[in-house]
Amino acid sequence: MTTSKPVKNIPPHPMDSLLRTERIPHIWCPGCGIGTVFSAVIAAIKNTGWDPNSIAMVSGIGCTGRMAGYIKLDSFHTTHGRALPFATGLKLARPQTKVIVVSGDGDLFAIGGNHFIHAARRNMDLTVICVNNLNYGMTGGQQAPSTPLGAKTTTSVNGSPEEPFNFSYLASACGATYVARWTAMQVRSLRSSISEALEKRGFSFVEVITPCPSSFGRRNRMGSALEMLKFYHGRSVIRGDIDPKDASMDIDKEIVVGKFVDIERPTFLDHYEKFNRPQMPPWRSMHPDNQKGR
Amino acid sequence: MNGDEACCEGALAVGCRFFAGYPITPATEIAESMSRRLPQLGGIYIQMEDEIASMAAILGASWGGVKSMTSTSGPGFSLMMENIGLGICTETPCVVCNVQRAGPSTGLPTAVGQGDMMQARWGSHGHYEIIALSPSSPQEMFDMTIRAFNLSEYYRLPVIILADEVVGHMNERVIIPREDDIEIINRRKPSVSREDYLPYEADADGIAPMANCGDGYRIHVTGLTHDERGYPAMNAKAQEQMVTRLVGKIRNNRDKIISTKNFYLDDAEVVVVSYGISARSSMKAVRDARNEGIKAGLIKLETIWPFPEELIRSIAPQAKAMIMAEINGGQMVLEMERCVGGACPVSLVGNYGGAILHPNLILGAISKAARGKT
Repeated sequence: MTTSKPVKNIPPHPMDSLLRTERIPHIWCPGCGIGTVFSAVIAAIKNTGWDPNSIAMVSGIGCTGRMAGYIKLDSFHTTHGRALPFATGLKLARPQTKVIVVSGDGDLFAIGGNHFIHAARRNMDLTVICVNNLNYGMTGGQQAPSTPLGAKTTTSVNGSPEEPFNFSYLASACGATYVARWTAMQVRSLRSSISEALEKRGFSFVEVITPCPSSFGRRNRMGSALEMLKFYHGRSVIRGDIDPKDASMDIDKEIVVGKFVDIERPTFLDHYEKFNRPQMPPWRSMHPDNQKGR
Repeated sequence: MNGDEACCEGALAVGCRFFAGYPITPATEIAESMSRRLPQLGGIYIQMEDEIASMAAILGASWGGVKSMTSTSGPGFSLMMENIGLGICTETPCVVCNVQRAGPSTGLPTAVGQGDMMQARWGSHGHYEIIALSPSSPQEMFDMTIRAFNLSEYYRLPVIILADEVVGHMNERVIIPREDDIEIINRRKPSVSREDYLPYEADADGIAPMANCGDGYRIHVTGLTHDERGYPAMNAKAQEQMVTRLVGKIRNNRDKIISTKNFYLDDAEVVVVSYGISARSSMKAVRDARNEGIKAGLIKLETIWPFPEELIRSIAPQAKAMIMAEINGGQMVLEMERCVGGACPVSLVGNYGGAILHPNLILGAISKAARGKT
């Protein structure tokens, strides 16, 4: 855990305007893939040209959860697994704000799995970025719902006996309007997918397969961070036209990447307004279409 | 109207425009009323997937600048505990109404209980102070929900309403005051520039002005121990500073927060202390005792937490005995015993839930105490 101390004599970085620079250096391990995802998120946000005061970031607990602490937006680092319901409340109270949820695989799909399926089902207008590093990094590398069958972690030293989730398939089955998956090496595609996800109305989901060299990589003898990046990239196959259920996520065989879902569907607020419209003219003022902002 | 509906109307009257909840007996009518009424007022009702999500959602909505609440009963209250702690740590105004039923576990869903008093005080992990109110009638459900919001907005924390099944389900006349006669307190806003604003820098009274999401202050809010900037600070000194203030803002203002209604205390020899529906049984018992010539008095707790320590301490030496009447195996009686400190005998009239306390039970205890037996 690093305490915040100012770093001197470092020239400004193009992303400084969206960074809490006084909090750098960050706590992430050398070679961690979160930094890549973080900079892709910032680049995508800048690309939208939106007023930063009309964007908020919500995270849960874990390595990725710390992103909210480094981004210079209204940012909320909540409890483990609960980023999505917190974001749901925030979004419904401020429909004019773009709410981005960033979290890890354990946070979003183990402890927070129920919230994920319901937020997607409701089509809450949120953009969810999942950093999938195949284990729990913050606590030292335990088995997660993403851990490949047979992979070694500190709580599965002989190999994980559980079959993992395929998050992108799950997201699409639950009703997400936008689903994409990339590895952390495919930065340009990742950035453009995050941009598209941000622009999408409804529940958009981007999954990033990232190296965790300190824990997952070390225990599974995957080599350095760079070797892990190259390994995941080497296993990846771009298939944009594929049925999400066939978008295999298997690090031993094939990691199918690409954009799997891009559809239109009314959001929770669209339906809420429609069904309640007869009795609620004042409520119209809360609808994003009637709001200034982004 | 019934107590649950009165709670809803009180919340709407004080400006609540967001409700996230999950159905649970005997609090369901609050959610049902909210789902009907909020759309009429431009607000949002959302039924979440569980009480964990409900609690998280009202915290999020509160940071979005909208007054928010949820309602539940024992099992759901248990699920809310972690995020109530997040609300305490991040100083998020919101209201949780717990219409208590008998536990443990699923217990008696449709029958009364007052067994969550200590859970409200200590249910979330770590050390903190809480504010909890206890209404005894639908009218008080209305009035105290308003007060709960005002306290939560002023002191910046989740405020708990500890109602019970009988108060929630009983129908009585509720007088709704004119709009102008309802006191509404809103959260204090920052008065300094965006550059100079420190989200957790408190004013002299221990309360930090609150910038909402979208106000342009670009705040960071975390459940980690944090400094005045709101940034994580992982050391014992920061922990000491943060918790000292979280605790202090309630403890140092307890005179303004604590509220009791005292009856026949001037010459009382036997003092009954009670709250919620049990306070009404107690009132009847105390009046009956007076008719029998026993000098009995009643302290009705309107705030459960903070507990009126000073009042109990000052009353105890003049009393022959003090009695706590509550529908549990003895929770607030422990707190009373602590405050009495041996100055007079203390006893409990209670049951484990399922039925209200019959006034005769309390009257019996009063008579016994008046005769010098406890």
